[in-house]
Amino acid sequence: MRYLPKSDSERREMLASIGLEKMEDLFISIPAEYRLTRPLSVPGPLSEKEIIDYFRARGSENAFGYSSFLGAGVYNHLRSVVTDALIQRGEFLTSYTPYQGEISQGTLQAIFEFQTLMCQLTGQEVANAGMYDGSTATAEAALMAERVTGRSGIVVARSLHPEYRQVLDTYGRHAALQFSEVGFTATGQIDLSAIRAAVGPATAAVVVQSPNFLGVLEQVPAIAEIAHAAGALLIVAIAEGVSLGAVKPPADADIVALEAQSFGLAPSFGGPFAGVIATRDKFVRQMPGRLAGQTVDSTGRRGFVLTLATREQHIRREKATSNICTNQALCALAATIHLSLLGPQGLREMADQNIAKARYAATELAKLPGVSAPFSGPVFNEFVLEFPRSVKILNKDLLREKIIGPLPLGNFFPDLTKRGLYCVTELHSRAEIDRLVAGTKRALELPI
Amino acid sequence: MTEKLKRTARHISLGESLIFERSVPGKRGFELPPLDVPAVDSAAVVGAEFARSRVEGFPEVSEIEVIRHFTRLSTWNYAIDYGMYPLGSCTMKYNPRVNEFVARLDGIASEHPYQPVELAQGCLKILWALQQILLEVTGMDAVTLHPCAGAQGEYAGILMIRALLTSRGNPRKKVLVPDSAHGTNPATAVTAEYAVENIPSDANGRIDLARLSSVVNEDVAALMVTNPNTVGIFEKDIAAVAELLHSRGALLYMDGANMNALAGVARPGDFGVDVMHMNLHKTFSTPHGGGGPGAGPVAVKKSLEPFLPSPVLVQRADGKLNFDNNRPQSIGRLRAFYGNFGVLVRALAYALAYGPGMRAATEDAVLNANYIRKNLEDTFELPYRQPCMHEVVFSDARQRKNGVTTMDIAKRLIDYGFHPYTTAFPLIVPGAMMIEPTESESRAECDEFIQAMRSIAEESATTPERVKTAPHSTRIGRLDETTAARKPILRWKPQ
Repeated sequence: MRYLPKSDSERREMLASIGLEKMEDLFISIPAEYRLTRPLSVPGPLSEKEIIDYFRARGSENAFGYSSFLGAGVYNHLRSVVTDALIQRGEFLTSYTPYQGEISQGTLQAIFEFQTLMCQLTGQEVANAGMYDGSTATAEAALMAERVTGRSGIVVARSLHPEYRQVLDTYGRHAALQFSEVGFTATGQIDLSAIRAAVGPATAAVVVQSPNFLGVLEQVPAIAEIAHAAGALLIVAIAEGVSLGAVKPPADADIVALEAQSFGLAPSFGGPFAGVIATRDKFVRQMPGRLAGQTVDSTGRRGFVLTLATREQHIRREKATSNICTNQALCALAATIHLSLLGPQGLREMADQNIAKARYAATELAKLPGVSAPFSGPVFNEFVLEFPRSVKILNKDLLREKIIGPLPLGNFFPDLTKRGLYCVTELHSRAEIDRLVAGTKRALELPI
Repeated sequence: MTEKLKRTARHISLGESLIFERSVPGKRGFELPPLDVPAVDSAAVVGAEFARSRVEGFPEVSEIEVIRHFTRLSTWNYAIDYGMYPLGSCTMKYNPRVNEFVARLDGIASEHPYQPVELAQGCLKILWALQQILLEVTGMDAVTLHPCAGAQGEYAGILMIRALLTSRGNPRKKVLVPDSAHGTNPATAVTAEYAVENIPSDANGRIDLARLSSVVNEDVAALMVTNPNTVGIFEKDIAAVAELLHSRGALLYMDGANMNALAGVARPGDFGVDVMHMNLHKTFSTPHGGGGPGAGPVAVKKSLEPFLPSPVLVQRADGKLNFDNNRPQSIGRLRAFYGNFGVLVRALAYALAYGPGMRAATEDAVLNANYIRKNLEDTFELPYRQPCMHEVVFSDARQRKNGVTTMDIAKRLIDYGFHPYTTAFPLIVPGAMMIEPTESESRAECDEFIQAMRSIAEESATTPERVKTAPHSTRIGRLDETTAARKPILRWKPQ
C-alpha cells in the first residue's frame, strides 16, 4: 500500500526482533472473541486516480454550473490562490497544536497575528484562536457571560440565525441558561422597547446578530446601553465578516462571536469554518479557547507561546472554561493570510462592492410587479423581499434556468412565508444579477 | 557528538517580523475586478450611524511579501512532512495529498449547505458513504458526523447518555473517569452537568474491575474509557466492564482517540461499548493543521439512536438522501449546518484508499510501537512491562536520578531532528514519555529514533546539563511561559 513505508521482509524482520511470528500475534492482548476474523466490508482499495474520479463524480451530482444567491451564514467571496498555496505547505498543514514552542514558532506567530487582526476588525481588546464556528462561538459566549455575571438569563434576538439559536439551546440547556426571545420591528431590527422590558437583574446577556439573519444592521450602541443599564453583557454575533470593512465594529459589545468563513474559506457545504470570541481585556480569564502570547526566550529574543492555559481542559480538566481542544487552526491561518493580502483597502473595496451589488439587485428585483421589501432597516449584502406567491414555487421555476434563488424564510419563521432572503456579493456579475431579475420576472408571470 | 547528530545539519533560517511591522501605507496584495454595477456611497447606503471610516491597524503589504512572510514562518515549524512526530495520543500519521486535492474540487468545496437537497446529492452521498464505513469499522448501529472535533463528540455522546437515562426516568448524577483519561473527558462530563468521579487504575494500568464494581451505583450514568487506554494497553476486561455497567443501569462511553490501534482488528460495538467518538484527524489521517480543523463523529448503539444530534441523514424509499429534522428526542443541534464537511471528505478519501486494507495500517502502527518498546526498554523505565498497542509509555525514572526530566529529553529530541513525544501524560505515570510512532514510519526512521533516544539517555548520564538546557539548535530557546501568563501580551498594537 502506497502510504505504508515498509516491505514485507522488513515487517518479518521487525516482528522477529520482538519475538513474534505473525502480525496476529501483535493483538494477543485483545481477547480472541473480540478480534475480527474477517476482512472489513468496506469499499476500496482505490488508487489516487480512482479517488479523484469518485469525488469528481460526486461533485457532478451537486449544483455544478448553477448561479446561487444563498447566504444565511455561508458566503461566497473572492479568494486568492495565494491563501490555498500557503496553507498547503506541509509545515502548516501537517503540524500539531503548537505546544512545543521552539519548533512551532511559525504557527504561534500566525495565531498572534490572527488575534490582532480579529481585534482590529471587531473593535475588541482581545480575541481567541478560536472556536469551531460562529454558532458554537455564540453558544460559548453565552456560557462565558454566565461565568462573568453569575446570572443565567439570556435574552436572544429572534433575528439571530435560527441554527445558531438551536446550538445555543443545546449548549444552554445543561448549563441551566434561561432563554427569552425578543422580536423585530418593521425595520427588521430588534425591538428596543421589548429588550428593555425583557432584561432584568437575572439577565446575563443580550444576544443579537449584526447584520442579522434578515440582513439588517442592528443598533449596537442603543442595545448595549439597555443591556448595561441592567448589569448584563451584550453579545454580538457576526456571521458575515466582510461587513466589517464598511460597517462600524461592535465596540460597545462585551463579547463578539465572529464567524471568519468569509475571509478566504470556501463554502464547503457548511464547514470547516473558524469561530472567534473577542472581548474586553478584563474578561480574558473567563474566555474559552486557545490564546497565543508574546514572550522572550532565555537570550531575550521575541517569541510566542500558548498562554493562559490554566483556563483549558488539558491543565484544569473538570474546572476548565470549556472542553474545547482541537479547534480550526488551519482555517484561522487561511483567514490571516487572506486579510493580510486584502489589507485595509482591499477589505474596504470588497465591502463597498457588496453594498453596491446588493443594492443594485434589490432595486431591480423590487421593480417587479408585486415584489416589495418588507424591512426598511439598513443592510449590507443580504436583503429580504416579499412575493405575491410562495418562494418555494418561485425557486422551482428559477432552478429550471439554473438559478438557485433566495432562501425561503418560511422554513425558519412560519410568519415569514412568501419572503425570501437574498445574498449578493462581489462575485455576482451584473449579467448574473440581470439574469436573476429576468428569470424572476418570468416566473412571477406564470400562472400559479 | 557530530556523528550522533548526523540526521540534522545547520541551515539558514530567515528572520521575519510581524506582518504589521512590514506594513507601508499604499501597498496592497489583492485587487478586485472593477465594479460592474452603479457605484454607490456606502456610507450613505448604510447611514452615518453605521458607516465605518476605515479599518485601522491592518497590514498594507504586497503579494510577494505575504508569500515570503508566511513561507518564512512555515519553516519555523516541525511537521510530519519533515520526519517522525511521535506525539503519543495524537496519531500524527501521513496526511495524503490526494485528500487535499479532492476537498478543493469544484462541486465539492463550492457547495452551499442550503442549496436544494436534490442539488446536494453528491455531498450527501459522501456523508452516507463515510457513515457506512465508520459503522463497519466500529461495529456500532448509528453514527452522526456533526461534531467538529473529539471534544464536541464527547459532549454529544454524554448528552445522548443523559437523554437516554432521562427517558428512563433518572438522568443520574455522576460520570466515572479513570485517572489515565484525557483532560477532555472530565471537562466534557462537567459541561453536560455531571459530577466527575476519578477512579484509580490497577497495577497494570488497567481499570480495576473490583474497585469499579464498588463505585457503580444508581448515581452513575456512565464510565468514560479510552481503549486501548492512554498507556497503550488494551482493557482486556472491557466486556466485563460493560456488563457490570449495564447490569446497574449505566452506560459505557469509549473515547476513540486510540482507534488507530483497532481499525480492522477489533470493533468496540462487539465488546459492549454503547457510545463512542472517533477523531478523524487522528485515525483517518485528516491534517492537524497546527490545531485543527478536526472531526469527531459519534457512533452509538440502537438504544441511543433516537437521541442523535439533529438533523439526521436518512435514505428515502426512492434511494435519495435527505436530512431529517423531525427528531423529537434529539439532543438538538451541535453546530450550524452539517459538521466539518471538508474534513469528512478527506476522511472518506483516506478510507477509500485503504479499503479493507485499513487493517494493514493498524498492524504496522502496533508493530512500530512494539519495535520501539523492545529496543528502548533496557534504556528507559517501562512502568507497565507488557506488549503495547499503538503507543508505548516509558518514564524518566532512571534519568531523573541525574536531574534530567521527560521534558528535557523531549526538548533534546528536537536537536536530534525529531518532534518530541508527549510529556507528562498520562497522569498515572510520573515523568511519562508517551511515544506513538504510527504506521507512517519506516523501519529506518524508527531505528534513527531509537538511536537518538539511546544517545540522549547516554548524555543524561554523562553530560546531563547538555540535555537539561536543550534544545540547542532551534532558532529560539526555551520560552518564558511564566511572564507570558502573568503579563499577557495577546496582540500587536499600532505604535
